[in-house]
Amino acid sequence: MNHTVNRELKNYTSFRQTVQQTFTMAYRSLLKVRRTPEQLFDVTFQPIIFTLMFTYIFGGAIAGNVHNYLPMIIPGILVQTLIGASVASGVQLRDDMDKGVFDRFKSLPIARIAPLAGALLADTVRYTIATVLTFAMGFLIGYRPEGGVTSVAFAAVFAIGCAWAVSWIFAFFGVTARNAASVQGISMLALFPLMFLSNAFVPVKTMPDWLQWFANINPISHMITAVRELTNHGTIGSDFAISLLGAAVIVAIFAPITVRVYMSRA
Amino acid sequence: MMQRFNSDWAIEANGLVKIFGHNRAVDGVDLRVRAGTIYGVLGPNGAGKTTTVKMLATLLRPDGGSARIFGYDVVKEPQIVRQLIGVTGQYASVDESLTALENLIIFSRLLGLSRTEAKRKATELLEEFGLVEAAKRPLKHFSGGMRRRLDLAASLIAQPPLIFLDEPTTGLDPRTRNQMWETIRRLVNMGSTVLLTTQYLQEADELADRIAVIDRGRVVAEGTADELKTSIGNSSLQLKIDNPQHVEMARQTVERVLNARANVSADTGKITAPMADADRVTDLLIALREANIQLAELSVQKPTLDEVFLAITGHGVKGEESA
Repeated sequence: MNHTVNRELKNYTSFRQTVQQTFTMAYRSLLKVRRTPEQLFDVTFQPIIFTLMFTYIFGGAIAGNVHNYLPMIIPGILVQTLIGASVASGVQLRDDMDKGVFDRFKSLPIARIAPLAGALLADTVRYTIATVLTFAMGFLIGYRPEGGVTSVAFAAVFAIGCAWAVSWIFAFFGVTARNAASVQGISMLALFPLMFLSNAFVPVKTMPDWLQWFANINPISHMITAVRELTNHGTIGSDFAISLLGAAVIVAIFAPITVRVYMSRA
Repeated sequence: MMQRFNSDWAIEANGLVKIFGHNRAVDGVDLRVRAGTIYGVLGPNGAGKTTTVKMLATLLRPDGGSARIFGYDVVKEPQIVRQLIGVTGQYASVDESLTALENLIIFSRLLGLSRTEAKRKATELLEEFGLVEAAKRPLKHFSGGMRRRLDLAASLIAQPPLIFLDEPTTGLDPRTRNQMWETIRRLVNMGSTVLLTTQYLQEADELADRIAVIDRGRVVAEGTADELKTSIGNSSLQLKIDNPQHVEMARQTVERVLNARANVSADTGKITAPMADADRVTDLLIALREANIQLAELSVQKPTLDEVFLAITGHGVKGEESA
């Protein structure tokens, strides 16, 4: 029997197809969020609770009063929440990959990066929820960013973009780790010192010298400073540039190795 | 770029090897599958069936050997191979938390169908596989058979010329299994080539044009079902005699009429004899009636996979871990 098949056959996926497939995968993730809204707990409750808690506990001690503390703490909590949420992206990815449907994605003639990029892209929706809630909470308790609405919106996009870049690190943990729980464990271990040894909650000046040194080179500090300059002064400085550069480097390194590991694991 | 290809062989695999640690899961498998046929890969758990399929379907990189799908190399041109195949795994590879319709739409969109085309294709497939009523329910509430059907439907979206079915009926009840068999036959009538793996000799027998028996990562026998069966041996006839005193006389009758050796099981008193020619059984029954020997039970035992293995490899089926 002779079988002639007529179809367009190519051994690569075009950029346009890759983008379209990534969006389809993102759509899939969003459908799943709609089915299991519990996935949004961390990005809804954490901004609300942390904003209230940190502001009222530390406000008096660090800035004299709650109101003066807000311009410092709101960007800090924003970045903390977003980076925390990017850990959850890695955990959920691992969880998802353990299910059979990822086998099918691998057997489809689609860009290898699409299932990963799609999941991470969909997570920017979660980051947006966290960002909006953090600023809204801040506003409710009296935060009036002097940079104005445009700068705040710009800062929000910047922070979400950085969180997306950072999520590639945790996606890498996600594809390499044995199970979802260990992703959570490893990520939190790496994240906790980074989070607190930064300028997020207290002025760096109050720390001992050696700690100041670390807090000043901590990438999270740069990110927080960039957000503060935008929201509080409407300006863009070197921290903004450093953060964006860092984000680009993270994606450039972690996206390819994550896809590579994902491909080699059957 | 439009390529036209005309290939007699859907699959040509030469000396495929896959090693996991110290375990040679696939140890030099050769397969040639003619386009437009159903090919059965028969073997026990852990024989290397799934690993072989995964290499052919570009899901695993072979550690040795080569394989071509319609002439395209699975390692050098994987993205082309993926455009020519559909894979339905041992465990349904569909999204649990989504509905059947959403699953099919997403897979269709990934394969480049527009939004309206995807919706139409999904609906069409749901109708074809009898899943319309369940289309909007999350898969959590699906039965095993429905899940498999959806999984198969998902593999057919792009109408691939070659379909891999990895143990498509394992764990299904007989009725659902028969439905699955019907679907598989229909696929081939539409011109597809099917490679199916199974642990059941009967399934390979029912469906496959040719069968490869695989054990410990090697192909140990290959041929049509009939060829294999002759090499394995025949079905056996089992008789239980009403009156225990007549057993010996019955055994002699069986040997005389069937012209073969008959054994009497010590504990059950059953007589077992190879049945080469079913027609002879009529003569046997008449002979037994003439001798006034009353039967309590009569059954025909087909060769089991265990016996196939015993015959071909010299050892029985071992419950090794699935690879």
